[in-house]
Amino acid sequence: MTVSLDTLDAVDTAATPSGRRRRRYTSLTRSDRWWLRIMVGVPAALHILLVWIPALLTVVLSITEWDNLDPVAKIKAVGFRNYWQIFTIFDSDFFPAVLNNLFLIIWLSICSAIGMLFAYLLDKGIKGGRAYQSIYYFPVVLSLAVVGFIWKSTMFSQDRGLLNTVWPGKSIDFVGDSTKLFTFHVPFTDTALGLSRNFAALLLAMAWRHIGYIMVMYLAGLKAVDPALREAAAIDGCSEWQAFRAVVLPSLKPINVVVVVITVIEALRAYDIIAALNEPRGTSVMGTLVTRSLLGEGAGRVGFGSAYGVLLLLMCLGFIIWYVAHHFRETTE
Amino acid sequence: MSGRAERSPSPSEVGFSIISRRDLVLGGFAALGGAALLAACGSDSDSGSSATQAPGGTTAPAATTTPAAAGGEVTFGSNYSNEKPAAGMAAALKTTGVDVKINTVDHNTYQENFNTYIQQPDDVISWFAGYRMRAFAKKGVVGDVSDVWSGITGMSEGFKSASSGLDGKQYFVPFYFYPWGVHYRKSVFADKGYEVPVTWDDFKALCDKMKTDGITPLCGANDGKWPQMGMFDMLNLRINGYDFHVSLMGGKEKWTDDKVKAVFTAWKEILPFYQDGTNGRTWEDAANALGDKSAGMYLIGTFLTSNFDSATQQDIIDDIDFFLFPKLNDEHGQDAIEAPIDGFMMAAKPKNEAGAKQVLGGMAKPEAISAYLAIDPSVVAANSQADTSGYNALQKKSAEAVGSAKYIAQFLDRDTDPDFAANVMGAAIADFLTDPSQIDSILADVEGKKATYKFE
Amino acid sequence: MTVVIAAPAAPIERRTDINVVTSHRRRLTPPRVLLHAFLIAMALLWLIPIGTALYNSFRFYERDTQVNGVFGKASALTLQNYREAWSVGHMTQKFGNTAFIVIPSLFFILLLSSAVAFACARFSWRFNVAFLVLFTAGNLMPQQVLFQPLFQMFKRMPWPDLLSDTNTGNLLNTKLAIIFVHVAFQVGFCTFVLANYMKTIPKEIGEAAAIDGAGMLRQFFQVILPLTRPALAALGTLEFTWLYNDFFWGATLISQGPQQPITSSIQVLNGQYTSDFNLIAAASIIIALPTVIVYMALQKHFISGLTLGANKG
Repeated sequence: MTVSLDTLDAVDTAATPSGRRRRRYTSLTRSDRWWLRIMVGVPAALHILLVWIPALLTVVLSITEWDNLDPVAKIKAVGFRNYWQIFTIFDSDFFPAVLNNLFLIIWLSICSAIGMLFAYLLDKGIKGGRAYQSIYYFPVVLSLAVVGFIWKSTMFSQDRGLLNTVWPGKSIDFVGDSTKLFTFHVPFTDTALGLSRNFAALLLAMAWRHIGYIMVMYLAGLKAVDPALREAAAIDGCSEWQAFRAVVLPSLKPINVVVVVITVIEALRAYDIIAALNEPRGTSVMGTLVTRSLLGEGAGRVGFGSAYGVLLLLMCLGFIIWYVAHHFRETTE
Repeated sequence: MSGRAERSPSPSEVGFSIISRRDLVLGGFAALGGAALLAACGSDSDSGSSATQAPGGTTAPAATTTPAAAGGEVTFGSNYSNEKPAAGMAAALKTTGVDVKINTVDHNTYQENFNTYIQQPDDVISWFAGYRMRAFAKKGVVGDVSDVWSGITGMSEGFKSASSGLDGKQYFVPFYFYPWGVHYRKSVFADKGYEVPVTWDDFKALCDKMKTDGITPLCGANDGKWPQMGMFDMLNLRINGYDFHVSLMGGKEKWTDDKVKAVFTAWKEILPFYQDGTNGRTWEDAANALGDKSAGMYLIGTFLTSNFDSATQQDIIDDIDFFLFPKLNDEHGQDAIEAPIDGFMMAAKPKNEAGAKQVLGGMAKPEAISAYLAIDPSVVAANSQADTSGYNALQKKSAEAVGSAKYIAQFLDRDTDPDFAANVMGAAIADFLTDPSQIDSILADVEGKKATYKFE
Repeated sequence: MTVVIAAPAAPIERRTDINVVTSHRRRLTPPRVLLHAFLIAMALLWLIPIGTALYNSFRFYERDTQVNGVFGKASALTLQNYREAWSVGHMTQKFGNTAFIVIPSLFFILLLSSAVAFACARFSWRFNVAFLVLFTAGNLMPQQVLFQPLFQMFKRMPWPDLLSDTNTGNLLNTKLAIIFVHVAFQVGFCTFVLANYMKTIPKEIGEAAAIDGAGMLRQFFQVILPLTRPALAALGTLEFTWLYNDFFWGATLISQGPQQPITSSIQVLNGQYTSDFNLIAAASIIIALPTVIVYMALQKHFISGLTLGANKG
C-alpha cells in the first residue's frame, strides 16, 4: 500500500506541453489511483452535467423551435432563423440591450478605478480604516433583491424618494424615463441608440455595490506591495503620484487582471438589480432579455430565448477565453 | 393593520415548523443523491418515483406525513398572495368540505413562472379566463372539467364560453370578475360640481376643468408595463368595437392599420392630463394620488380599493366610485367593458382527480364565493345565485355594469399571446408614453414582431 | 460570483513595518484632515440608502411615512413592522428553507472542490490544466442561460417521493435540486482558489506522509486539509453570502411558495404591500441581517478570502 519517495519522484519526467515535470500517477498504488479518480471525477461529472451540458444544449436549442410544454419529440430544427429574427426584427430590443451592457462595462471600469482609489487611501493605515472599509463594503453583502428594493423605493421613487426630495426642480422619473441623454446612429440599424436616463440612474445603484467589491480586491492586492520598496521611494523623496506609479501600480498587475475580469463579467451578466426594478423600458440588458424569454410566460419560445442566451454566452466566452489563456499561461510559465 | 388571517395550516407547516423531518432524511442522502443524479440522467424518461428505490428503513420518520393520494387531500396552487384575498380564498376552500393544502406564491412570481409551474402543478390551479387559459388547454397541460360543469348552476352562457377551449370542452371554472372603469372620488365631484362625462368631448372638458382647479386629471401608472394596457383596450373597444379588438388580439389585423393609429391619436389628446412620469410609477402609488385627492380620475380595475386599509382608510374606500369609459364612436357607444375573470383550472394529471373535481365543483357554488366576498369585497361573484345583499355600492355597480354590457373583454395580456403582450405590446406602449410622436415607427415595429408569433 | 486571481499564493505577510514609513504623516496634517473629510463624506453617501430603510423600518406607515414622507420626523418609533414582516413573510419557515439549502451546499462545495484541488495541485497528470480551465470557465457563465435545459433535466430525474415535500416523483421542486445547482456551479470557483492555495504547501509535506504509509485519503484528510483551513474558512464566508443571497434558482426551481428560500419573502411582501414601504424596509433589514452578521464577525477572513492567491510573493 505504501509508496516510497523514490517511486513518487523518480518517475517519468517527460515534459508536458507546459514544460513542467509530470509525476505519473501510475506510480501510485491501485487504491490511491482510484481515490484520485473519484476525487476529480465526481465533482467534474457534476460540474459538466449541470453546467457544460446545459450550456451545450442551449446552443442546440437555439437553432430549433420548441414550446417547452410540448414533448421533446416536437423540437423542430429551424436553422439560424432565431438569430436572423433577433438581428432584423427584434433589433430594437437587441441592440439597445447590448449597448447597455457596453455602457456598463465602461461605467463599472470607472467604478473599479474609484475602488482602487478607495483601497489606496485606506491602505495608508489611517485611523478607523476598518470602519470605513466595512461601510464601503456593506452593499456587497446585501441581496440584490434588497438592493433593488431600497433604490427603487427610497432613492428613485418620484413620489417619496430621496433624490426627488432633495432635488429642487420638477420631480424626475428616475425609474421610467427612457428618453435618451444622447443618441447616435449606428449603420445597419434604424433605431437611434443612446443612454437612457433611467439606465443612467441605475448605474448609480450599481456603482454603490461595485466600488466596495473592487476596493476589497485591491486592499488584498496592496498587501503584496513590498514595504521595502515603498520605504525606498519615500526616502528618495518621490512624490505620492510617482511612488504610486513606480512602486504600487506594478505590484498590482496580477490583481488588475482579476478586476478586469470581474468588471467585464459582472457587466455582461448584470440582471438582478434591473429585474428587481421591474425592467423599465430603456434599461434592458442581455441578462434580462435572456431571462424573460427563457422564463416568464414567454417561455414557450425556447428556441428564440436560447438564441438570445447563446449571444450572451458568446459575449462572455470571448472574455473567458482571454482570461483563461492569460491565467494559465502565467501559471505554467 | 390588524386582524390578519393566516392561511389555513398545511401539514408540513404544523408538524415541522422550521425544517421538516423529511428534509433531515433528505440531507443525509444528499451525498447519495449525487450518484443517483448521475445514474438517472442517462434515462430520459418520466418513469416517476418507481425508478428510484427509497432506502427502506431510514425513511421511517417521513411516515408521519400523510401521502396526498391516500387521504382526501387536494393541493391548490394559489396566487392569492395579498392579505385579504389569501384569507378569502382559505375561507372559500373551507366551504368545499375537502381537505385542501394551499400553496401560495406571490402574484407576480406565480404568473412569471407559470410556464414551468404548469409542468409540475398542484391539483387545482388558480388562473385566468380567455386566451391565456385556452393556450394551455390546447397544449394539453390542464384537465378537461366538462363533467364538473354539468353540475354547475348559476353560471351564464357567457361564463361557460369564457371557460371553454377551442375544442368546445371546459377547462376553467370562474370564481369572480372585476370590471375596469374610470374611478373617481364622489366628494371631489360633489365639491367642485363635476359631472360624470359620457362623451369623449365631455371627458376632455372635465380634464381641462380639473387642471385649472389644480387637480391632476388622470392618474398615471405603468410600472410593470401592464397598467396602461387597460387604456389601450378601452380606447380600441370604444373606437373600433369589440370584434375588431378580438381580431387584432388574435393577430388577424395589421397593427399599422389606420384604425389602430386612430386609437393612439385619441390617446395623445389626453396624455397632457396624465401625472408626470407615468412609466415609472406603480399602480399603488398612483392610487395614493387618488387617495389624497391630488389626482381626479383613474382608469383601473375595481381592485383599486384594496390599496386602502379598511381599518384606517374606510372613508376613502367608501368615497370611491367609477363610471364607464366615455364613448368615442356612436356605432359602438359604451357597449363593451373590460372585466377579467379569475378562476381555477385542474392539472392534466392531478394526483387526486376526484378530490380536485370536488373542489372545483364546490368553488363554483354560491357559498364559496360568498365566503370569499365576505373578506375581500373588491370583486363580484361569477355565480349569479350568490347572495348579493351584502354587496357594497361599488360591487352593485360592478355587477350592473357588466350585466348591461353587450361585450366583455378580458384584458390585453389575457386576450392575446402573453409573451406578445408582455414583451412586444408592453414595450410599445411604454415607448409611446415616452415619445408619442414616434407612434408610426412603434406600430411598424409591433407589426414586424407580430409576424414571428403563432396565434391560436 | 466572482473570479479570483491568477498567481499562486505566498503566505500573507502583514506589513508591520509600514508604520515606520508613514508614522511621520500620522499627525493631523492638512492632507490627513482632507483625507478623513473625504472618507467620511463618502461613508455618509454610502449609508444613506441603507440608513433610510433602517429609519423607516421603525416608523408607522399610515401615521408618518404616508403623511410626512420618507425623511420626515417620526412621531413615535415602533417594532411593529418587524413583527408583521416576520409573520406575513412566513420567515420562520423560510429561514429554515434557506438553512437547509445553504448548509449542505456549503459543505459539499468545500469538500468536492478541495478534493479536485488536491488532486490537481498536488499531482501532475495529463488533464490537470484542462480540468482547471473547465472549472474556471464554467464558473463565469451566465446562469440564466442554463435554465431551460436544467429544468428539463431535473424534471426527468426520478426521485422518491418519500424524500421530497412535493411528491412529484422527480427532482423538481426539491431543495436538493437547488443544492445540486449551487454545488456544480460554485465548485468551479472554489477549486480554482484552493488549487492555488494548495500549490503553496510544500510538496515534501505530502511526501513525508506517503513515506509513513499514509494512503491518498489520509494524506488528503489528515495532512493537506488541515493546512488549508484558513482558505476554507475564507471561502466558506464568501460562499455563504452568495448562496444565501441567491434568489434566481430558489424562485424558479421551486414553485411551492412555502418551500422557497428567505429571499423570496421580500418578493411576497413587495407584491402585497408596495405602498407599505416601512414593512418592506423591515423585511429587507431582517433578510440582510445574517449576511451582515457573518460579514462583521468574519471580516478578516472575508477579505483574505478574496486575497487568496492574489499575492505574488
